[in-house]
Amino acid sequence: MFGKLSLSAIPYDNPITMGAVGGAVLLGLAILGLITYYRKWTYLYKEWLTSLDHKKIGIMYVILALVMLLRGFADAILMRSQQAVAAGGSLGFLTPDHFDQIFSAHGSIMIVFMAMPFLVGLMNIVVPQQIGARDVAFPFMNSLSLWLTTAAALLVMVSLGYGEFSKAGWSGYAPLTEQQYSPGVGVDYWIWAFQIAGIGSTMTGINFLVTILKMRAPGMKPMRLPLFVWTTFFTMLLVIWAFPVLTVDLALLTLDRYLGMHFFTNTLGGNMMMYVNLFWTWGHPEVYIVILPAFGIFSEIVATFSGKRLFGYTSMVYATSVITILSFSVWLHHFFTMGASPNVNIFFGIATMLIAVPTGVKIFNWLFTMYRGRIKFTTPMYWTLAFIVTFAVGGSAGVMMSIPPADYVLHNSLFLIAHFHNVLIPGSLFGFFAGFYYWFPKAIGFRLNEDWGKRAFWCWLIGFYLAFIPLYVLGFMGMPRRMAHYANPAWHPYLLIAAFGAAVILLGIVFQGIQLLVSIKERRALSDPTGDPWDGRTLEWMTSSPPAVYNFPKIPIVEEVDAFMDIKEKGVAYRQPDQYNDIEMPRNSPHGFIIGALAFVFGFAMIWHVWWLAILAAVGMLFTVIMRSMDDDIYYIIPAAEVQRIENERYRQLGAIA
Amino acid sequence: MMTTDASSIDIAYNEEIEHPDTIAIQTFGFWIYLMSDLILFATLFATFAVLGGAYAGGPTGKELFDLPYLLVETLLLLFSSVSYGLVILAVHDSKKKNVLIGLAVTFLLGLGFVSMEINEFHGMIAEGHGPDISAFLSSFFTLVGTHGTHVTFGLIWMAVVIWQVAVKGLTSPVQSRLIRLSMFWHFLDIIWIGIFSIVYLMGVV
Amino acid sequence: MSQASIDSAGASMGSLKSYLTGFVLSLILTAIPFALVISGTLSSSVTLAGIFSAGIVQILVHLHYFLHLDTSSAARWNVLALIFTLLIMALFVGGTIWIMYDLYYRMM
Repeated sequence: MFGKLSLSAIPYDNPITMGAVGGAVLLGLAILGLITYYRKWTYLYKEWLTSLDHKKIGIMYVILALVMLLRGFADAILMRSQQAVAAGGSLGFLTPDHFDQIFSAHGSIMIVFMAMPFLVGLMNIVVPQQIGARDVAFPFMNSLSLWLTTAAALLVMVSLGYGEFSKAGWSGYAPLTEQQYSPGVGVDYWIWAFQIAGIGSTMTGINFLVTILKMRAPGMKPMRLPLFVWTTFFTMLLVIWAFPVLTVDLALLTLDRYLGMHFFTNTLGGNMMMYVNLFWTWGHPEVYIVILPAFGIFSEIVATFSGKRLFGYTSMVYATSVITILSFSVWLHHFFTMGASPNVNIFFGIATMLIAVPTGVKIFNWLFTMYRGRIKFTTPMYWTLAFIVTFAVGGSAGVMMSIPPADYVLHNSLFLIAHFHNVLIPGSLFGFFAGFYYWFPKAIGFRLNEDWGKRAFWCWLIGFYLAFIPLYVLGFMGMPRRMAHYANPAWHPYLLIAAFGAAVILLGIVFQGIQLLVSIKERRALSDPTGDPWDGRTLEWMTSSPPAVYNFPKIPIVEEVDAFMDIKEKGVAYRQPDQYNDIEMPRNSPHGFIIGALAFVFGFAMIWHVWWLAILAAVGMLFTVIMRSMDDDIYYIIPAAEVQRIENERYRQLGAIA
Repeated sequence: MMTTDASSIDIAYNEEIEHPDTIAIQTFGFWIYLMSDLILFATLFATFAVLGGAYAGGPTGKELFDLPYLLVETLLLLFSSVSYGLVILAVHDSKKKNVLIGLAVTFLLGLGFVSMEINEFHGMIAEGHGPDISAFLSSFFTLVGTHGTHVTFGLIWMAVVIWQVAVKGLTSPVQSRLIRLSMFWHFLDIIWIGIFSIVYLMGVV
Repeated sequence: MSQASIDSAGASMGSLKSYLTGFVLSLILTAIPFALVISGTLSSSVTLAGIFSAGIVQILVHLHYFLHLDTSSAARWNVLALIFTLLIMALFVGGTIWIMYDLYYRMM
């Protein structure tokens, strides 16, 4: 009746886990209590949970990403402290079993539940505004994607307090993840969390690709698109064309585990390397999925704060397209050590090296954009500058590892860990932070405090170098990744430095928290009544901050790249149109939220083998989709008079500043 | 910053309201989904190509496949593709009754296909040739079964649309669904060409 | 919004003639490989080539007569998306088969 469910699945005996669970439960109860106390349930449900507004969906994505960033970072702190103490005779404070779950959760969360929601959130807030649209192509599917991603993230969180998480790393290599070697529910938590989030991501991909292709304002020709839109476009190509491979890979592993099939088993014809092959066929494009949008963010920021058009706009677009195609054809470099023939290795090795060329083009373009610009050293610009320098170092390490014989030495060592943190942290996380600071006033209505932002930045940057440069050295000294305990005392000092680095980053996160609180307190002084706090160049700065639900009361006509700068230079910005028209917008819908909730129930039931509940949830999801399709009254009209009222208020505020 | 000149021409704005063409956008979005689904099937085909020879002492395709049975399945699907084509023509001529007849015929043909496939699978499993016997059978059942699952979802979708045509008539949203379902249906027939050629016929040669 | 009609879907329309042409061609292209395999008269390599080419031609027939893909502007994006998909499929499937067969020979 209840499958594998039992009370003994709660890890009572583990004080660290129970402490974290207790803290999370208390925090959750406190939030629920506050919502109830302030009677905000109706507001929360009507304005947020059921919202189809791309800006609100974007904000919810970013909140999810920040929560998961804290969870993933807590895992990182645990790993760094364990390795700082577990040298020689000391076994540290974590059992190997627990340590394995922590590094698996850290990788899974940071890629799929931090980086992905963060970039999708920023895209949601910005892309429709940058192309002069009122919403995405499929607003309902957008809400569905959000709630599927949230359901998947919730599964990972639940694994902390009920059962266990996978111990097989974020890549879940078979046959370790087969039933025979991982009989627990940990791998199942990992499988279903990835599967549900992956389906949500595929839908996001289709949504934004169609939005960019079909919803652009008049005159917004391809070569006038802001670069963030371009990188989003290429990212969505990667998502749509790579995620199905993950879906299949996970489904085959699921069939092995649940129905005793033989895709990746040791026996009866199974081939474990097929799992690895398919995983990285998705996994390598995934790396670019989380990096390319950040490249777009940096391009926007460099141009804005240098007060210049982006240098080499066209070459930027082509470089991005080349990276996109190449990233589909390099996946074998993740398993050079499988032992393929020299022909295979050299093909994938050279393809990997080639990626450095378009990436180099981008770096030069950013540098030349700044050259002779009047650079404003704001927080977003700090992150961008740090990215350019740090990413170049990490990228060079990657070119080293693209040489198969070198990879044989460095594979699975801490050198690899240092390399990919050195590209992914500056390459995507710094980008998302930069975008967060850059677009925060647009989404919320006030800027963030610069002093605390810069303090947080310096902690992050110095902490990053302290935490990861020692890992390069440790890699050369032969230390493998994923060690819960080690006997070699020579490694110990470097791991102490790395742990100190993690502590400095923690300070940076604390400062970011303080920054948020201080900024909320000073929100009047920091408010952005114009909608254009940075003298921006692209269309999102034309709307008010935060924008009205329809973004643009009238759809702008685009005549140049950097459309809003063009409008400002022609002196026609901020002129109120004589009259407005009715605007049609999508109605809110609870169906996305309901399907997300049912997806969580479905995943949970599958993990614990509660078949009747899984069937019930699946039928429920199907039924909800059908219910949604029965409803044809999905739009509502904002009357012209109401638009006039909202816009008059905006122009009154603008007039007050002038 | 502000201008009080009411006669100024708003050259920065588009005067015409352009409604996004919903059906065209939905059709295009669905096409992109089909492309994504094509990659999904391509991955399953690749898996079959890699593991299809791993019989592990179990039966081979030559011993299992019944070609006349397969031909009937193939023809059912092909006829259903054409009958759905006629549905689209009837939609174009706004003939609701013909639409319903065509959908019913397509539904029955599709149901026949799925029933035959279930029967085939059931027979194989009953004889002890289930998907847990060898990597070949795992990849066979998964590839062919994934196609069958898609057809089954197509049938559920078709049932919903039949109901909507009957109750709501050929409204614009219903037309949009009919077009997308037709793309889905033809797409599945194309996948089936790959399956009967590569999995069955090449397995028997 | 409700004024949009089926015609605006462009690429999705056909005529009775196109469906029937596609149907007849498909019947023939289905019959050829089945006949080749059931009769078993030709060598296996020729039979395989026959199955493969008949399959590819039939897929093209379906794309043209049933899904109405052509070079018209309405279908242009659909065709571009399909070509891109075929490129990625070639990379994924070709790469996978190359990698796995290479591994197979090295482990024999």
